[in-house]
Amino acid sequence: MEHDVVLEMRHIDKSFPGVKALQNVDFTLRKGEIHALMGENGAGKSTLIKVLTGVYSKDEGDILLEGKAVAIRSPQDAQNLGIATVYQEITLCPNLSVAENMYIGRTRGASVNWKKMNAQADKILENLDIPATGKMQLGSCSLAVQQMIAIAWAVDMDRKVLILDEPTSSLDEQEVAKLFRLMRELKERGVGIVFVTHFFDQVYEASDRITVLRDGQLVGEYLIQDLPRVQLVSKMLGKELDDQADLRGEQPRYLPEEGAAPVIEAHQLQSDAGIYPFNFYINKGEVNGFTSLLGSGRSECVRAIFGADRVIGGTVKKNGKEIKIKKPLDAMKNGIAYLSEERKADGIIGDLSVRDNIILASQVLRGFMKPYSKAEANKLADEYIELLQVKTASRDTPIKSLSGGNQQKVIVARWLLMHPEYLILDEPTRGIDVGTKQEIQKLALQLASEGMSVTFISSETDEMLHTCSRLVVMRDRKMVGELTGEELTQNKIMSTIAGDAAV
Amino acid sequence: MTRLRKIVSNQIFIPVAALLLLALFNLIADPSFYKITLDTNSAGNPVLSGYLITILDSGAELAILAIGMTLVTAASGGQDISVGAAIAISGSVMLRLLCGPDANSQTLLMPIACAFLIAMVVSMLFGAFNGILVAVFQIQPMIATLILYTAGRSIAAWINQNQLPVVVDPTFAYFGGYIPGCAVPTPFIIAVICMIIIGLVLKFTNLGLYTQCVGINERSSRLNGLNPTFIKILAFVIMGICVSVAALIKVSRISSINYSVIAQNIEMDAILAVALGGNVLSGGKFNVWGSVIGAYVIQFLTTTLFKFNVSSVALPAYKAVVVTLLVVASAPAVREKLSELSKRLKSKRSAKEVA
Repeated sequence: MEHDVVLEMRHIDKSFPGVKALQNVDFTLRKGEIHALMGENGAGKSTLIKVLTGVYSKDEGDILLEGKAVAIRSPQDAQNLGIATVYQEITLCPNLSVAENMYIGRTRGASVNWKKMNAQADKILENLDIPATGKMQLGSCSLAVQQMIAIAWAVDMDRKVLILDEPTSSLDEQEVAKLFRLMRELKERGVGIVFVTHFFDQVYEASDRITVLRDGQLVGEYLIQDLPRVQLVSKMLGKELDDQADLRGEQPRYLPEEGAAPVIEAHQLQSDAGIYPFNFYINKGEVNGFTSLLGSGRSECVRAIFGADRVIGGTVKKNGKEIKIKKPLDAMKNGIAYLSEERKADGIIGDLSVRDNIILASQVLRGFMKPYSKAEANKLADEYIELLQVKTASRDTPIKSLSGGNQQKVIVARWLLMHPEYLILDEPTRGIDVGTKQEIQKLALQLASEGMSVTFISSETDEMLHTCSRLVVMRDRKMVGELTGEELTQNKIMSTIAGDAAV
Repeated sequence: MTRLRKIVSNQIFIPVAALLLLALFNLIADPSFYKITLDTNSAGNPVLSGYLITILDSGAELAILAIGMTLVTAASGGQDISVGAAIAISGSVMLRLLCGPDANSQTLLMPIACAFLIAMVVSMLFGAFNGILVAVFQIQPMIATLILYTAGRSIAAWINQNQLPVVVDPTFAYFGGYIPGCAVPTPFIIAVICMIIIGLVLKFTNLGLYTQCVGINERSSRLNGLNPTFIKILAFVIMGICVSVAALIKVSRISSINYSVIAQNIEMDAILAVALGGNVLSGGKFNVWGSVIGAYVIQFLTTTLFKFNVSSVALPAYKAVVVTLLVVASAPAVREKLSELSKRLKSKRSAKEVA
């Protein structure tokens, strides 16, 4: 077996001020395998990968590449050693051509033979069955294709190790399938692939082996067939998982008054983000959701309600009375809170402290001339850090240094502090760990039981079925159906999305 | 040890350390640098004099401008390079109002406060012009303000038909000199008032929080109910206010104006002050006190060089050397390396202790 090992990391230690991010972690990657690296957010996956790619320097431990000890001090070193990385966010330049992107930083000398470069790029793309050509502008390709180009960029020139850090988080199912085909192809060529993802289905579909980390420590390495899902989850959490299916049943229901007008009701609402006019309502204490394939307009619907995109038609009523929402502030004044889909781009204020991020929305509502005093802000921040169990060194820590799940909790705290009547959670569970995912779902149900109305959107149908009592189904930016009660099953959702009434 | 690291990693450590080093250098080179005497000026008023007083006096405009530049930088992620030209306009407006169309009125045509306020409104409008170009039309701040940078001094000259008005009334000179009976130079008093005002504004409003949010993440800010466009324009308008105050001091110093040299290159010093203050020039988090100290570091340096008889021609070259050192020392890359080094030293030491 030993000669099959392409990469070995032994006894890796890494600490940051106040945190031991990795303690004595081993990781072994063999030739031609897809190796999933799993763990909750903050478990040390990213740190391990950053140590491997030279972004961070390790404190202790050895890295062996094909049996030889190597020192990786910079991403450039890692590249030269044949370790390629593709990150969650595509780090290519959208305004350059595909070929230019593929050859950035690896042209020899000052002159470039464009013709040859394009031809080479075409050849590589064709070999890997990627539907793009060297001359196309990268920005004009779909996200999946861009992701694949990033991979092609990374694996071209005989890479031995390919690291994929959450490559699928912005892809839809078909795109994921394409990506997997590409991964298997590379695997057959003997490339060792490290695969980091939060999607369990994908882990079980694609990988051969799983390494689990928890709290910066190695839990173990398993062959995929030896580790059923339930066990994987319990290993990641370090405890037995609650039965998710009963999540909804546990919570007492909030019963709205008979005949009361919906909390929020939209009529023929339309925004400039390219959705068809839609009708929507939500009752007090209800959790409902929008479901569709990614990019079918579910975010655009809730954004229209919140005034995040420019509204170009339709009306919105609150408790039966018409309200005007032209910008997010109008919605906030009417008790609507919106946790946006893109946490990094639209949610966090990266450099500001956890405290400032928590108080922001309610501070804006209070007004420009009425800042919270330092003591008030600290108290509120501490209260919500405690309430949502945010793991942070202190309330003064910049939010960007928290793990994804904890950042999300801070943003949730921000909107809860506003005491909204209607809370929209747009993909609150994307890119965060299982434990936090569950906590957020439970929280949504609990808030609803206290009389808040919640719209919950998630790419994972499971989660939607667990939390929502009514689902609005969208297809191609159009509302195509509404499911309640007995209809809330995977099959029914799928068939409604597919537009297939027969199933 | 941790306390030391906390101090070193503080944003205003570098400017304060620079100030202290300059002070120490002067103390060793010539302690008389610190001599402050109470003299009588030509008008027969008691005035404080000495190099330190000179620094506080002549650094006033820069300190005031550094406040505005900090806000502009934080909100827009760029800098306003039209400051010097805007001062020329503001000063020209003031003189035009005080001396009349022929520029030779022997009496003040309106109260100084009145002329100042009108000039302030004009400056705010020019600030809004810059702000609108940046916030609404999404033009890069440097390009947007390049327009006024290019045109400003011509506009200033045109306002007075290129005449050189001279204010005869001695009260006008108080703002750039001394108020009878007060030994402290007025520009410094004005600068302190500006600092107090901005301090109060930052404490009792959300200007700081909103500006930082917009500078860090405009999209998030909007979804949290802020209006990034308005806040960016506001930053430029506040810059306009700072410009008018600086202009008052500048024209009062000579009771006249020289359109082509008034406040020349002061925008560059203001930007430098912001950078020396440890503020990131790409916007976001800011510390206005860092910038103010940065402004006085620059002035301290200039005065020190003058004291050592560096000719005014060679001055910028000497300044450049020191500024290079400061900028390099405050560069994040260097500071990171240093903190790593100190960490390694510390772990070595503790390892020895264990052994």
